[in-house]
Amino acid sequence: MPGERRVVITGLGVFASTGKNADTFFGNLLQARSAVRRISQWDPSSLSVQIAAEVADYNPIDYFPRKRLDLLDRFTQFGLLAAREALAASGIQFTEEERPRFGVVMGTGLGGAVTFDNSYHSLYAKGETRLPPFTIPKAMYNAVTAQISMEFGAQGPALAVSTACSSSTHAIGEAFHMIKYGTADIILAGGSDAPITYGTLRSWESVRVLAPGNGDPSRACRPFSADREGMVIGEGAAVLLLEEYEHARRRGAQIYAELTGYGMSSDAGHITQPSVMGPARAIRMALDEAGVNPEEVDYINAHGTGTRLNDVIETQVIKEVFKSHARHVAISSTKSMHGHAMGATGALELTAAAMAIGHEAMPPTANYAQPDPECDLDYVPNQAREQTVHVAMSNSFAFGGLNAVLLVRRLD
Amino acid sequence: MNIQDRVIAIISREQRLEPGVVKPQSTFAELGIDSLDGINILFALEQEFKIQIPDSIAQNMRSVSQVVEALTRVIEGKDIADLVALVRGTDPAPTT
Repeated sequence: MPGERRVVITGLGVFASTGKNADTFFGNLLQARSAVRRISQWDPSSLSVQIAAEVADYNPIDYFPRKRLDLLDRFTQFGLLAAREALAASGIQFTEEERPRFGVVMGTGLGGAVTFDNSYHSLYAKGETRLPPFTIPKAMYNAVTAQISMEFGAQGPALAVSTACSSSTHAIGEAFHMIKYGTADIILAGGSDAPITYGTLRSWESVRVLAPGNGDPSRACRPFSADREGMVIGEGAAVLLLEEYEHARRRGAQIYAELTGYGMSSDAGHITQPSVMGPARAIRMALDEAGVNPEEVDYINAHGTGTRLNDVIETQVIKEVFKSHARHVAISSTKSMHGHAMGATGALELTAAAMAIGHEAMPPTANYAQPDPECDLDYVPNQAREQTVHVAMSNSFAFGGLNAVLLVRRLD
Repeated sequence: MNIQDRVIAIISREQRLEPGVVKPQSTFAELGIDSLDGINILFALEQEFKIQIPDSIAQNMRSVSQVVEALTRVIEGKDIADLVALVRGTDPAPTT
């Protein structure tokens, strides 16, 4: 029987509020620079929460011809831009025979939210009775997967995954298994979302979990800090090029990290309230697959939304799985800077974890101000930490109780 | 502008084509107009002329001249049964 196939990350691409490429993104995270600001895409004056982690100074015509843009929702644009960077960074070239072994798996929480929002505004507010024919192909959740596979000629497995805040962690995990178990050799995997619309913000406003961000918006999201006020919506995309290890080695590819473990579970409990045992099962499943002991994990990029419920429960989850090592593992929430980018957030955070391995530096939890007796672990407050990272974990615990966890390892 | 000029202007706008590219004798294939683009153009024409183009015609448009003829007939309230048959490549239904 042939040996088990290994999966490595050979390309990274980011198009997000904290940076329009992977290096800028990670550089800003290390500097604890938050991208949260007052919403500029439309006038948020009537909302109680008027801030978000927006992709600022973005003009789509700088990146796409007009005719093509007619079919691209904002979330698809972000996904394509991140995919372009990941593929270019990998230096990979394809033969025609390889294309059926080249796949795309993308997560999104809200799909073409901008297109849906505009359509409903036309119907309900303007009284239109008909919508443009491009509405469906633009708004559908698999549009980003399809557009990426079209642009790069990826003819292999293609999948869209939607599990709210865990979408792209699940997407990367599923892609990991496709390569591991022989369904594909190369996959562009990640997530994208552009949820900053009037309708989506109003919907989140009523859940009462958004930080108001009065005063300085960049300080609005303060995960694990006792003075936290809630989460901040973000947008953007991150895409990773996953490649079978021998394939990458043969072509002399630069390897950022090896993807070694994927765990998932459902709380099967409450639609919004997280549990301890559900996420703990997902973490244990990822550790088991990777054959890694809890003590070997150096860095956890937490789900860390900045809501009381998440931060306290996630701390308990880490204690439940890591026992005494919980006090020694470095934990940070980069959502404090790039916000909660919904279906893109897991991919952004895994990218941060993989880059922490490559750069030997862990991004901090920005805006940490006050210790919370219920969150008493090492959250790497406010300052990046230079340290060799051998094994890093990325957590995503979605509304609906759908949990996903990924483990990456330094390849020496 | 006459109907033909308005049709050409709308096709140019929707396809993001430079002025002068779309000509009365152009076929959709020559202009790179695929099935989805075709539906989009018909939608724009319906908005512009405030008319409904029957699906049977909408699905079979292949050239600028076909669009102009169909539109002219619809606008003038004329019978289009023979046109439907023509674009489908069948004989018109016998009239009794």
